[in-house]
Amino acid sequence: MKFLKSLIIASLFGLSAVAANAATLDDVKTKGFIQCGSNPGLTGFGVPDDQGNWTGFDVDFCRAIAAAVFGDATKVKFSPLNAKERFTALQSGAIDVLSRNSTWTMSRDTTLGLTFAAVTYYDGQGFMVPNKLNVKSAKELNGASVCVQTGTTTELNLADYFKANKMEYKVVAFEKNEEVLKAYQEGRCDVYSTDQSGLYAEVLKFTNPGDHMVLPEIISKEPLGPVVRQGDAQWFNIVKWVHGAMLNAEELGVTSKNVDEMKASTNPEIQRLLSVKVKNPDGTDADNDFGKGLGLGPDWAYNIVKMVGNYGEVFDKNLAQLKIARGKNALWSQGGLQYAAPIR
Amino acid sequence: MTGFVRTIDAPKLSPPKGEVGLIHTLRHRVFNSAIGGVLAIAIAALLFWTAWTIIDWAFFRGVWTAPDRELCNAEGAGACWPFIKARSLQWVYGFYPSAERWRVNLVYLIGAISLAGLMIPAIPFKTWNALFFFLLYPVIAFFLLLGGKFGLTLVETEQWGGLLVTLVLSVTAIVVSAPLGILLALGRRSEMPIVSLLSTIFIETVRGVPLVLVLFMAANMFPLFMPPGVNPDKLLKAVIGTSLFASAYMAEIIRGGLQAIPKGQYEGAQAIGLSYWKSMGLIIMPQALKVVIPSIVNNFISLFKDTSLVTVVGLFDLLGIVQTGFNDPKWASAQTSNTGYFALAVIYWAFCFSMSRYSQFIERKLNTSHKR
Repeated sequence: MKFLKSLIIASLFGLSAVAANAATLDDVKTKGFIQCGSNPGLTGFGVPDDQGNWTGFDVDFCRAIAAAVFGDATKVKFSPLNAKERFTALQSGAIDVLSRNSTWTMSRDTTLGLTFAAVTYYDGQGFMVPNKLNVKSAKELNGASVCVQTGTTTELNLADYFKANKMEYKVVAFEKNEEVLKAYQEGRCDVYSTDQSGLYAEVLKFTNPGDHMVLPEIISKEPLGPVVRQGDAQWFNIVKWVHGAMLNAEELGVTSKNVDEMKASTNPEIQRLLSVKVKNPDGTDADNDFGKGLGLGPDWAYNIVKMVGNYGEVFDKNLAQLKIARGKNALWSQGGLQYAAPIR
Repeated sequence: MTGFVRTIDAPKLSPPKGEVGLIHTLRHRVFNSAIGGVLAIAIAALLFWTAWTIIDWAFFRGVWTAPDRELCNAEGAGACWPFIKARSLQWVYGFYPSAERWRVNLVYLIGAISLAGLMIPAIPFKTWNALFFFLLYPVIAFFLLLGGKFGLTLVETEQWGGLLVTLVLSVTAIVVSAPLGILLALGRRSEMPIVSLLSTIFIETVRGVPLVLVLFMAANMFPLFMPPGVNPDKLLKAVIGTSLFASAYMAEIIRGGLQAIPKGQYEGAQAIGLSYWKSMGLIIMPQALKVVIPSIVNNFISLFKDTSLVTVVGLFDLLGIVQTGFNDPKWASAQTSNTGYFALAVIYWAFCFSMSRYSQFIERKLNTSHKR
């Protein structure tokens, strides 16, 4: 009877029963893996490969958290979530972190009981044009007809941008993205506009991808990043600093290939990143263990870089095949927006 | 002189040459008028053209071997078959770990054998087989697929996918909806007011909302009624949702069958002193179910296809897992989605067509008198 009861409970309440209020890190450590909300299929960000392994920029970020927490990047389980259920899943505790190209907006940050921990990818609306149009910048699009999807912010951003730049344009709008794409490919409009990462993903499905180019301008702000529940500062810090460590590692030239050699580096910033034990000039031990403050082991950042890679490596691995340029996602030192506070 | 009385028939002569055969059919059935002839040629041309387009796309222009998307995306390339090949296992098993896939195979195998035993009339032990299939098999399948007991590794339902999820959903819904539908139909026709009222309310409520809505409600509203932090399994919620939905439809189909049975049958059953359940089980139901076989199978077929709606609650059924593959940068190309959808259509068609053929076989087998 007891067996039957436990069976019923196990089958009914599955394995997602999590006390939502407890410290997430303790929960995660008890169950032995991180439950990560991921995208059910977005080119470059979260998609299963032929063997069914999840690949992409967003899922690799979850692997990086697992590497930091467990020293094992495979201790993560993915819950593919659609746009409607993603925040509910996080609120209800079914997942520990949501890494699913979610745009950081004020209302999401303040009213849902959730907090965005970092901006891992600066996306925004961009333009695609056929090469034969001979346009090199969005500023030259005066008088163009633009294919967009109706009912999205895309249309509104477009109006703002063209008005601000005192340019004329004509909207050719469709209900579904497939229709928009088809219309653009059939030449019913000059320009195709949607989120820039989407433009790069869609061009893969063109028969003649070489005949089209994505213009450099981004005309709207779509900061994408991981989300956690509000009120758990420790877990929030972990997620934020996983991103921070990946950026710092790239900035310092620490990669998954050279991270072991880098442990011998004399650069104090690298020593702090990798928690290398060194002596202060006065002979005392330098406190380089920054994992302590997060409730993690000293090797937290080493494990991230070793098992997943630094920010640039993850970007190249997942997004370079889509020919997405670093653009706004370059390091601050190279003219981009990716900036992390120093580890010290 | 005796008269000649022929005792055996004279040999039958075949009809005149002009009245049979292809030529006759063409002349009298197809080209019997100018308009008819023109239409026939036009339709034949259209059919031929469609068939040729598909054959050309699938075979002559089709790409047969390719390591990734490049060849499939070439100018003028047709179907991208390597994508199907690379993904086929994922379509069947979802994200089920490779090392554990024998469990899914075993479930498929036991199910197929048991079902064949039930469906082929010549095979004996029908009662035992039915008991096994309807009572024991679901338990075996549950433990084999989910694991976590008897030394099997736990494979959470989030790792299930593809055909596995489609079959789990539709077979469960079909198996549950048949008995539940019968009970609901009897309940609705019952003379006990509360039973009748409750059955009617259930049927009309469930039938009055779209399946997508039932799934959304199961996925999103159900947890609100549960204690905080408790979130029942996503697949389980979908299975319950589709099963209840299917039962409501089944109930109305069976009620239609019950109404087709003349009142004399009910009275006859009563007159020979049968109890309610006996008269239903021995007299009414066998006749009623026979009448509605086409509708029941129609319901099963549409149910099988409707399971593809579970993609909206984030489950990867066959359709969902095929679609998600289109976004893999390794395979994304102009022809990937066309090929995927084409293959899907063939798979769904194969399942539905077999169901349809089997139902026709059963109809012929049970055809005792009513055929007009």
